[in-house]
Amino acid sequence: MNPHRRQLLGWGAAAAGAALAPGLRLIELAQARSPQEAASKLQRWGLLIDITKCTDCDVCVTACHEENGVSGHGRPATDAQWIRKVSLRDKRTGYAQTLPLMCQHCEDPPCVDVCPTGASFRRDDGIVLVDKHTCIGCRYCVMACPYGARSVVHEAVSGQKAGVPRGKGTVESCTLCVHRVDRGQTPACVEACNRDGGKAMAFGDLNDPAAEIHRRLKSEPSSQVRADLALNTGVRYQGL
Amino acid sequence: MMRIAAGIVVAALMAAGCADAEEKRARRIALPVFKIEKGGTCVAPIEEMRRDHMTMLLHQRDRTVRQGLREPRNSLGNCIECHASRETGSVLGKEGFCASCHAYASVSIDCFECHTPLRRQRTAARP
Repeated sequence: MNPHRRQLLGWGAAAAGAALAPGLRLIELAQARSPQEAASKLQRWGLLIDITKCTDCDVCVTACHEENGVSGHGRPATDAQWIRKVSLRDKRTGYAQTLPLMCQHCEDPPCVDVCPTGASFRRDDGIVLVDKHTCIGCRYCVMACPYGARSVVHEAVSGQKAGVPRGKGTVESCTLCVHRVDRGQTPACVEACNRDGGKAMAFGDLNDPAAEIHRRLKSEPSSQVRADLALNTGVRYQGL
Repeated sequence: MMRIAAGIVVAALMAAGCADAEEKRARRIALPVFKIEKGGTCVAPIEEMRRDHMTMLLHQRDRTVRQGLREPRNSLGNCIECHASRETGSVLGKEGFCASCHAYASVSIDCFECHTPLRRQRTAARP
């Protein structure tokens, strides 16, 4: 189904619910869930990154790799990278910007389309993940991702963090710190940026009208990286 | 009276002999050596756990990864919390709860190529 048509149907259902009776809803509003409750389609987790506040630091990268136990072997060409800082420079004016780039958690992810085993999938709440139990390490998704967000683990891993399994021969990328999000916390990069960095990152439910991220996206200009691909990313940027 | 006493002695000797033979046989069969750190009841009866723990983990892993259900009951993390060794904090190693039995049964165990074998509270160093 066309995403726009789907959205229109959603609005229709919401309007029907409102017309039915006050307090009685056909579609429940999004709310925090317990560990016994499955991820819900009512939510869509996302990030809003204000590049004008993004400074030269890399606390988000350090925090991510610390939280997820991502350690390299000093081989930048093959070491896994879940998040990286990208520098942009206008050749004519010399205006330089820097921004963190990670999995954009698309609504229509190319990595999911190409996966031959169904290991690459999009969870109901919008987080794009790799089921490493079924990943065969073919790397189609690595090639399909327009953001270069995915890495393959080339070497045997030890010292993994609890809740963040990593292993040789599987593909991995930003999980939006799904283990933290399921506990009701924010991703490690957002926490670190707001503590030690430029306070440029915000995390929240894009569908929740009460969330700050929803309010800001509604009232302030924002953009998607490679918006021309119409992937409807969950990670949005300001000042790009 | 004497007959009854002799009967009891013979029966006792036979029982002792039987037990001895059984013990000898048991010694001939290699058994897995592992420590059960936390005894008592697991999430299911012992027989069921021995036979079906892999199925339980398989179902749980798909529910967790795909649907985001993090029920602690059948989770791998919950296994490790109870069964990890007190000395090493791990379920692997020579007398590790998982590794020793799997080595005995010659079944390769893939969980810990990606998942940590250590208990959450890091009381001991890695093995």
